[in-house]
This record gives sequence, C-alpha cells and structure tokens, in this order.
Amino acid sequence: MSTIQSIAGQNEQHPDVALVERVRAGDIAAYDTLVRKYERQIFRIALHITQNREDAEDVMQDAFLKAYEKLDQFQGNSKFYTWLVRIAVNESLMRLRKRRTGKLVSIDEDLKTEEGSVPRDFADWAPNPEQNYNQSELAEILRKTIQGLPHGFRVVFVLRDVDRLSTEETAEALGLSVPAVKSRLLRARLQLRERLSRYFRRKSAPPTAQEKRS
Amino acid sequence: MTCTEFLAILDDVIDESIAAETRTEIETHLKKCGHCEVVLNTTRKTIEIFRCHEIYELPTEVSERLHTKIMDRCKKVR
Ligand SMILES: [Zn+2]
Repeated sequence: MSTIQSIAGQNEQHPDVALVERVRAGDIAAYDTLVRKYERQIFRIALHITQNREDAEDVMQDAFLKAYEKLDQFQGNSKFYTWLVRIAVNESLMRLRKRRTGKLVSIDEDLKTEEGSVPRDFADWAPNPEQNYNQSELAEILRKTIQGLPHGFRVVFVLRDVDRLSTEETAEALGLSVPAVKSRLLRARLQLRERLSRYFRRKSAPPTAQEKRS
Repeated sequence: MTCTEFLAILDDVIDESIAAETRTEIETHLKKCGHCEVVLNTTRKTIEIFRCHEIYELPTEVSERLHTKIMDRCKKVR
C-alpha cells in the first residue's frame, strides 16, 4: 500500500491540494469537506494531549479556524494534514499551559526517565486477547493504558501508528527531529505493550484431558 | 545477533524496513530466543489493537457545533 501511495504521490496531486485551491478561490463548502475529513483525527490528537473533552473541542475549533485564516501560508510541499496537526498540537499545548496557570508546557516534558525502554514482561499473550473483553471494557483498558504515558510519547504513537504518518511527517507535525521521533516511538510501543500485557497475557489454564493423556 | 541488537532494530522490523541480509540474522535470533519473539509479536498486536479500536469517538453534537462555528466564521472572513 505504501508503495502505491508513493508512486501516486510522484505523479498526481494529493486530493487535498485541489480542495485547498478551491477554498482559496472562495469555496467555503470545500473547506467543510476538509474539516469533515480530518475532524475525528484532530479531536483525537487534541484529546490525547489535553486529556479533557471541553479543551479538546475548543482546540479542534480553534485549529480549524486558524488553519482557514492562515491558509495562504500553507505551502504545497507538506501535506495539508501534517500542517493541520501542527496547528492543533500547538493549540493543545497552549490550552494545557492555561490549565496549569502559565507553567511551561512543551512536547519535550516528562521524558527524562529511561523507564520502559527495556522489556521486562515476556509472557505470551492469548490468541486475539482483545476478544476477551467487550467494546467498552476494551476502550477503557486502552484509554487507561495510553494515558499512563507522557503526552510526548502518546502523540508520537498516535500519529505514527494510528494515523500512519511517516516518521518524517510526524517529526514535521511535532517540530521534533527524526531521531527524537524514532526513540519516542520505540519507547511508546514498548511501554504500551508492557502495560497491556497485564490484561492480555495467556492465562495458565488447567491442562485439558488430551494434554493430560499425552 | 544479541537481544539488545534486536531491540535496537525492533521498530524497523515492525515497520518492515529491514535489509535482506539482516532479515536472515533476525530470523535466526528469533528461532532461538523466545523472549524476543514474544516482544515482537505482542508489540505488533499492541499496535494493531490501538489501530482497530477508536478510544476517543467524536460525539455527533461536538461535530455539529464545529461545523456551525466554522461556517459562521468562514462567511465573515471571506
Ligand atoms: Zn533475544
């Protein structure tokens, strides 16, 4: 899939480019199309950073309005989505700063610890372990698990692994270096794995009759 | 290949951006190292689960408020 995308990227425009052109020409409906396309992702990113629904809603509105007002500054050399995420991340951090009454907030904080960079739990998981929980239980487990990570890790993981941005695009969206994105991604993945292991590890079931016989 | 070396390229293994010659080394290591095999499989599964399950659903009313606000403002700006 990534091969097809990159080949397509060389020969034809990303569909967002045409939409952005239409917005610039005064077509408001084209902007609504862009908003509908990315509102879920932007809300998700904002919520991952702010951890507060009201703040995430405000951030999402402000980010889309700001993007509209600054659309003339958008250069076609990056993806519209990457550019939009960068605005949303900055808005989220500003919102966090307000909540913490002016305390400096950056995407780099809480990263001093080396905790979680080495796996410790080597228990294997049950096959399709998520099926042992219903939808709301599972969502709760996933929320709790990812909330335990510093926001600088959460955002990298969400952009790279959930939104499937490339390392370079993630770096651009967050204003980080490529090596910084890589080291955070590894630690985020390992820490999430370690935390999920508690729920998903294979339970040592009593041996079945067949196993006893052999 | 040692476990530490494997861990250092774990992300590349997951993202499947590994050179062919390294791939053989990885396979050899995984065959004899159960720990790294578990780490690889469960990390892959971790990513898959987060990909397939939306934990922050956008509520319809939040989306509607967004569109109303955007359309109001856009009409004023342009
Ligand atoms: Zn190993």
